Amino acid sequence: MKAQLVKMKSQVQKLNRSTRSNVITIGVIVIAYTICMSMIKAGNMSNLLQNLLVAMCYYAIMAVSLNLTVGILGQLSLGHAGFMCIGAFTGAFFSKIMVGTIDNVLIRFTLAILIGAAMAGLFGVLIGIVVLRLRGDYLAIVTLAFGEIIKNVLNVLYIGYDSRGIHFSVNDTASLNLEEGGMVIIKGAQGISGTPRNSTFTIGVILLILTYLVIVNLINSRSGRAIMAIRDNHIAAESIGIDITKYKILAFSISAALAGVAGVLYSHNIATVQSTKFGYNTSILILVFVVLGGMGNLRGSIIAAILLTVLPEYLRFMRDYRMLIYAIVLIVMMIFNWAPACVNWRKKHSLKGFIDNKIRKKAKEEA
Amino acid sequence: MEMLSVKNIGISFGGLQAVDSFSITINKGELYGLIGPNGAGKTTVFNLLTGVYKPDMGQIFLEGENITGLSTIEINKAGIARTFQNIRLFKNMSVLDNVKCGLHNNYKYSSASGILRLPSYFKTERIMNEQAYEILKVFDLDKEAKLLSSNLPYGKQRKLEIARALATNPKLLLLDEPAAGMNPSETEELMDTIRLVREKYDVTILLIEHDMKLVAGICEKIFVLNFGVKLANGLPQDVLNDPEVIKAYLGE
Amino acid sequence: MSFITYLINGISLGSVYSIIALGYTMVYGIAKMLNFAHGDVIMIGGYIIFTIMSTMGLNPILAVVISIILCTLLGITIEGIAYKPLRRAPSLAVLITAIGVSYLLQNIALLIFGAEAKSFTSVIPIKPISLVGGRITISGETLVTIPLCILIMTGLTIFIKKSKTGRGMIAVSEDKDAAILMGINVNKTIAITFAIGSALAAIASALMFSTYTNLSSTSGAMPGIKAFVAAVFGGIGSIPGAMIGGILLGVIEILSRAYISTQLGDAIVFLILIIVLLVKPTGILGKKIQEKV
Repeated sequence: MKAQLVKMKSQVQKLNRSTRSNVITIGVIVIAYTICMSMIKAGNMSNLLQNLLVAMCYYAIMAVSLNLTVGILGQLSLGHAGFMCIGAFTGAFFSKIMVGTIDNVLIRFTLAILIGAAMAGLFGVLIGIVVLRLRGDYLAIVTLAFGEIIKNVLNVLYIGYDSRGIHFSVNDTASLNLEEGGMVIIKGAQGISGTPRNSTFTIGVILLILTYLVIVNLINSRSGRAIMAIRDNHIAAESIGIDITKYKILAFSISAALAGVAGVLYSHNIATVQSTKFGYNTSILILVFVVLGGMGNLRGSIIAAILLTVLPEYLRFMRDYRMLIYAIVLIVMMIFNWAPACVNWRKKHSLKGFIDNKIRKKAKEEA
Repeated sequence: MEMLSVKNIGISFGGLQAVDSFSITINKGELYGLIGPNGAGKTTVFNLLTGVYKPDMGQIFLEGENITGLSTIEINKAGIARTFQNIRLFKNMSVLDNVKCGLHNNYKYSSASGILRLPSYFKTERIMNEQAYEILKVFDLDKEAKLLSSNLPYGKQRKLEIARALATNPKLLLLDEPAAGMNPSETEELMDTIRLVREKYDVTILLIEHDMKLVAGICEKIFVLNFGVKLANGLPQDVLNDPEVIKAYLGE
Repeated sequence: MSFITYLINGISLGSVYSIIALGYTMVYGIAKMLNFAHGDVIMIGGYIIFTIMSTMGLNPILAVVISIILCTLLGITIEGIAYKPLRRAPSLAVLITAIGVSYLLQNIALLIFGAEAKSFTSVIPIKPISLVGGRITISGETLVTIPLCILIMTGLTIFIKKSKTGRGMIAVSEDKDAAILMGINVNKTIAITFAIGSALAAIASALMFSTYTNLSSTSGAMPGIKAFVAAVFGGIGSIPGAMIGGILLGVIEILSRAYISTQLGDAIVFLILIIVLLVKPTGILGKKIQEKV
């Protein structure tokens, strides 16, 4: 047993640094998952927390995927919830139609996730082609606009299904002209209800790990370097022949597809999916997770998403003040990170600064 | 053999003729200097050559091929790489990754094999690492490979920029004030490196410099630009003794 | 005839957007930042007027004046505390801070006034007039809004062109560092810009809530975003651009609500923004900015 552990340890050390940190992150997720599962089995977990387990997963997936756009690509997107919305509706739509056709839940749900991701990714490509030519503030406002358009359109959309196929309308159920026995699936503002509740904590954790791996592997590859080069200096990136548009769209659409995955997980966890849940406020909420966890820091995003999903439910006083506290956190974080006075203070009081000062003092004394 | 042939290019910004009828021919393997007082339009010439600006008139040929009006990316792929006057490194990436970005178009594997860690990922990454370390060694940066590029001292940041440009495997290398901000001994060392790079990588070099002595020491030919027009062009000793050039630099 | 009524209503709503967009456009032009919280100053202005009128029973005009003063102070305070320390920070950091300020204002209002929407009483005591034998009605609010918008626009243009402070603003917007060298107090100039923008937001709130009387903590957000759309539409940084953009947007919104779909009005507005930005990324009257290499 001991020999085995030593062998494992030396194997882990052999891996390069980024791989090692990934193994640790995934290990921590798996351990946390095991603890949660054994608590549920032993009946030690409150209903409140049990109900939040899947939510933690989809919010974490949302945060990690938004971090790809904001932290790694360096473009502010304020419409990330829009992609979640597309994933949620597409996945739920598929599951409701196929519930009688594909009996195996695992196969059906996997397909729903893939289709939801593909649709959200497709929208990511389309929207990316349109908006990624813009920079900075303009991009932020246009992503916000797209998020709102998606929300508004789904809010008036009616889709029904009968033996003749799928019918669309933007007016009401009656104008779908369904045959007898036809089924209305998307009911405008009422959204989709009765989606099979296939989302479980286990599936959520698996999807979270997969999302994390996709993004981490992307970052540590040729394409990831190109994406970060664009973030750091797009003029220099162009000068060494990196196709800026291509990699911006790549990062943006992968981010969108993963948000779609979170959406499918969401819609199969809840009785009714309504498009109004995916407005600008949700996008900002996810952005808060990313900023709080640290831009470009994937582990930070996961931790922030989980903590900020659980804490408000536990601290009752926080419920009323939740958004207020988030707002203050955003402002304080930004000032702490960027204000010249704070930057100097941090330099002076950080461990590195402390050691540097010691060394300097010692050198002086010796002289 | 002609490496770069520029015929009468020019550009104006809102009525100001920044560069006017600029022509130059650089032969393969030459080390050419582009000098001139502040605001003479030197960097604008670089921006025209690399497609950052599109010329209003004239044509640019690289090894006989017309590259006028191509995008920056296409021009780099055609074989021109550059450095910048104000350093433009990828600050939040390691020294090694900066050079590996330069190798981007020389060694390819798909994004999918990167995400799924397919064999081509491991194979190509290994080659890229070897290549990058080899280039870093030339610039004596291999020991700092894992360091964040923004943590390098100034002189080394300039060298890293050259290394990154070189990694794209260019035929023509444009260096914009490579010795700016360096002390005399650093400059001396850089000049040796530039000579070495030319031999080892078989590149033609066009460089902008302010320090005339320094340019005279390394360049085989010099082009003097003033207010966007040619003042002199030729061998260093001829150019630097030209009364017009002396007048432009020292005044009347 | 209903078309003309819609058109007039559109111009009226557009005039409000114009006044809000002015604040956006001036702040963007001078401080180079997107002040996301601008729309929420409108909401705060609305609550101030509402509170003064309903609890103290003061004259509406007096309430509006107090609201203008308080909003101006609010604008200066926000700038000083949240934005000033970030003057040299990347635009992403400033934008996130502005989003934070927007949320802060909304949630403070939510805590004080509650989630239930308040019904705003019009501050404009003018009766509507009927034209063409009663087939076209123009509300008192519209009668005030449109001329007031023109007045503000003219006044502001003259102020910026002729006054020393105004010319300082132009200088800061062109080149902050050069302006410092010319002895212009950049911090003061930016603070004044925020003050003017917030005062305009207070005026806009009085006009807007007089017509659209639903007042809640989020009622400033959408008009704020739409005013930004208007500013982008007309070319951000340009004062006549804000006017043109605002009015076009108001008309488009009212007409598409009337003739296409009530619920998709916002979506159409945003779609137009996207199209405009794609065809002319700097807006109708915007200047092209090229990055220096």
